[in-house]
Amino acid sequence: MRRILIQLAHPVLERSRVNRHLVEAVRDLPNVTINDLYERYPDLGIDVKHEQRLLEDHDAIVFQHPFYWYSVPAILKEWQDLVLEHGWAYGAGGDKLRGKITFNSITAGGPKSAYNADGYNRFPTRTLLLPWEQTAHLCGMRYLGPFAVHGTLKVATHADVHVASDAYRALIEALRDDRIDLERAAKSDDIYHELEVLLRREVA
Amino acid sequence: MSDSVLAQALVYLVAAVVFVPLSKRLGLGAVLGYLIAGVTIGPWVFGFVGGEGHSVMHFAEFGVVMMLFIVGLELRPSLLWQLRRPIFGLGGLQVLVTAAVGAGIAIACGIAWKAGVAIGMILAMSSTAIVLASLTERNMLKTNGGQSAFSVLLFQDISVIPILAVFPVLGVVAGNEITDVTKEAGRPGWLSAIFVIGAVGLVVVIGRFLVRPLFRFLAGAQLREAFTAAALLIVVGIAYLMERVGLSPALGTFLAGVVLADSEYRHELETDVEPFKGLLLGLFFISVGAQIDFGLVASKPLQIVGVVLATMVGKLVILHVLGRGFGLDRPARWLLAFALAQIGEFAFVLLSFAVQERIFEPGLADLLTACVAISMVLTPPLFIVLERWVLPLVTDDEADKRPQDEIVDADTPAVIAGYGRFGQMVGRILRANGIPLTILDLDPEMVDVVGRLGIKVYYGDASRIDLLHAAGCANARLFVLAVDDKEQATAIARNVREQFPKLEILARCRDRPHYWELRSLGVQRVFRETFGSAYETGIAALQVLGYRAHTALRLARKWRDHEEHLLEELGEVWGSGDRDSYFARQRNGMEEAERLMRQEDPKVFVSRDAGWDNESLRADPEPTEAATETGS
Repeated sequence: MRRILIQLAHPVLERSRVNRHLVEAVRDLPNVTINDLYERYPDLGIDVKHEQRLLEDHDAIVFQHPFYWYSVPAILKEWQDLVLEHGWAYGAGGDKLRGKITFNSITAGGPKSAYNADGYNRFPTRTLLLPWEQTAHLCGMRYLGPFAVHGTLKVATHADVHVASDAYRALIEALRDDRIDLERAAKSDDIYHELEVLLRREVA
Repeated sequence: MSDSVLAQALVYLVAAVVFVPLSKRLGLGAVLGYLIAGVTIGPWVFGFVGGEGHSVMHFAEFGVVMMLFIVGLELRPSLLWQLRRPIFGLGGLQVLVTAAVGAGIAIACGIAWKAGVAIGMILAMSSTAIVLASLTERNMLKTNGGQSAFSVLLFQDISVIPILAVFPVLGVVAGNEITDVTKEAGRPGWLSAIFVIGAVGLVVVIGRFLVRPLFRFLAGAQLREAFTAAALLIVVGIAYLMERVGLSPALGTFLAGVVLADSEYRHELETDVEPFKGLLLGLFFISVGAQIDFGLVASKPLQIVGVVLATMVGKLVILHVLGRGFGLDRPARWLLAFALAQIGEFAFVLLSFAVQERIFEPGLADLLTACVAISMVLTPPLFIVLERWVLPLVTDDEADKRPQDEIVDADTPAVIAGYGRFGQMVGRILRANGIPLTILDLDPEMVDVVGRLGIKVYYGDASRIDLLHAAGCANARLFVLAVDDKEQATAIARNVREQFPKLEILARCRDRPHYWELRSLGVQRVFRETFGSAYETGIAALQVLGYRAHTALRLARKWRDHEEHLLEELGEVWGSGDRDSYFARQRNGMEEAERLMRQEDPKVFVSRDAGWDNESLRADPEPTEAATETGS
């Protein structure tokens, strides 16, 4: 059973339309830790030692955040800069994250159709996340495709949010219980929309 | 006993050094300490000082002159103008009524009417030296009652001039002997008046136009002693001038002080004169103590006790009644009455003058002198009685007069106890965010002032459980404990914890022991009241010294984390009562913090916040692409 750490970064979680529900969907799961970064470090004063201990104590790290400007909210960048120390996360002797699984769980305002060569965002979501993929790579982690909930600006009904949060809960549970096709997830552009396929193999 | 000046100085200094700290330790105050020291070294106990006590006293009286100079320095003319009603109204009536009543009683006791009138005027005086020193010592000078007492004393100082002028008229052989300084050189009255006005004008002119250039000149010379000498020169010079024209030197220097209160050299003058004032005043108090003629007291105990008691009780009653007439509240009234009940040092001067003028017999003067000294010695104990028993009584009474406010159906998520500077800040942040508050405060003035801003503050004692219930603590989610009185804060915290265990308390504490005390009561979050601003000042200080803002912030944050940790640890050591290991741990903690900061210091830069550092990357043996990726 994997221990999962969800690094939640949302500066105004109380106003979020989707993220809040995603977190609530997994909050009660055993072996899942939610680390609410903006709540813990309201002035971005990150406790590096504490964060490193958390990372060491978990097998999978999920970065859950809105997809601000095709990237992460500020605190997550600060976190990345400070916590992933040379000699600890990468470089000589830096092997503390080696073998851990990681992916981004993002919510984006624009529709999925916008994230391709023809759309106004011009690039697939996964391509835009390349810096995170490469960071994971440098730290020797297994990077999975993003869990991306698109079109949150249009998400109006509770039903839509429910679909997403149910899927999220199923994904986290499957990841925890090792019921997911990791090879396939690593190649996926969007594990939210391919969830059926990723989980089916184990169930079958 | 010894006529060597050094030996005498030795006696006085030893007495002061032994008795004053002792008296302070016992809570009796410094003034009483000096007086007791005087009695002890005086002729009736050890006899170290004898007849010369009188001349020492005359010399030491200059301490009073200096004290009034310093008092004047702290009193801007505008402030003095504001006090005109208490000075002339309250002060004038006090002198008139006391003198009249005193004279009436004296005459009724069979003393000739002229002597009686003189005695009345002598008894009306109070002791500027003892009263001001005692008020300052107890931080009471700035209170309502303290200001009134000061005003009355000021008027008494002024009234000495006409009293001195009247005395010769009362004498048996009026006008024959040249004793009055005002009549020196046989000046006619109108000329004296011109001299007086001229002298006062001169003091104002000196203060306004001469002192500033003089000090600027001295500042240029960069001589510390020259400043001190100049300050003393001003005081001595004005005192001399005043004496020459027949005015009270104390009054003159007071006037000079007021004129200089606005000058930029005010603090300079104050610090220069202060030590001299303190020493001389101490000497003066000692000589008052040494002056008491216990032989006389032993021979006429009833008479003396009677006169002292009657005078003090009489003055007390008159002051109290007048205070009421002038609209003072009860604590201020009692303070005024207790403070000024004694007979003052001017009485010594007036008594010897009265004897010179043959207004009455030396025997009577000796008796009265003893009474004056005894009444002065009794003043500090009276202050203690006032402070310990009378004020609490009348103050409580005052508070009770205002009924605690009825709180009807308070049902707000937050309750704030204590709406002073601290509570207000918290409250304003909450209110700005539209959070309804229930606010409690025990300071009626604060309740009214804040009320004028349109904010409803309930007047009431937040340590009372019924009030906590009425304030809606049962349903509230937050209780901000911001009262500034330590004991009260602790009492409130205890009651809230016991009665409403689920209610979250955010508490302000005054100091570390208070912090630990509140924590031990189960208050989870306690905030040291000055920590936040000091912390921010520390960050700004680092910035001024060249640290970049963000670095300064991070360094301070690191230090704060360490400090908070240390605070908890120290709390345990403090609780054990072992002060040695407390201070040892504290020293140790400071060294720890220094080591920690040195590590963090960007100039030394060993390894912290290494994520922003590329030192280790450069040293990395592996040729890694990361060097360019995460580089500087």
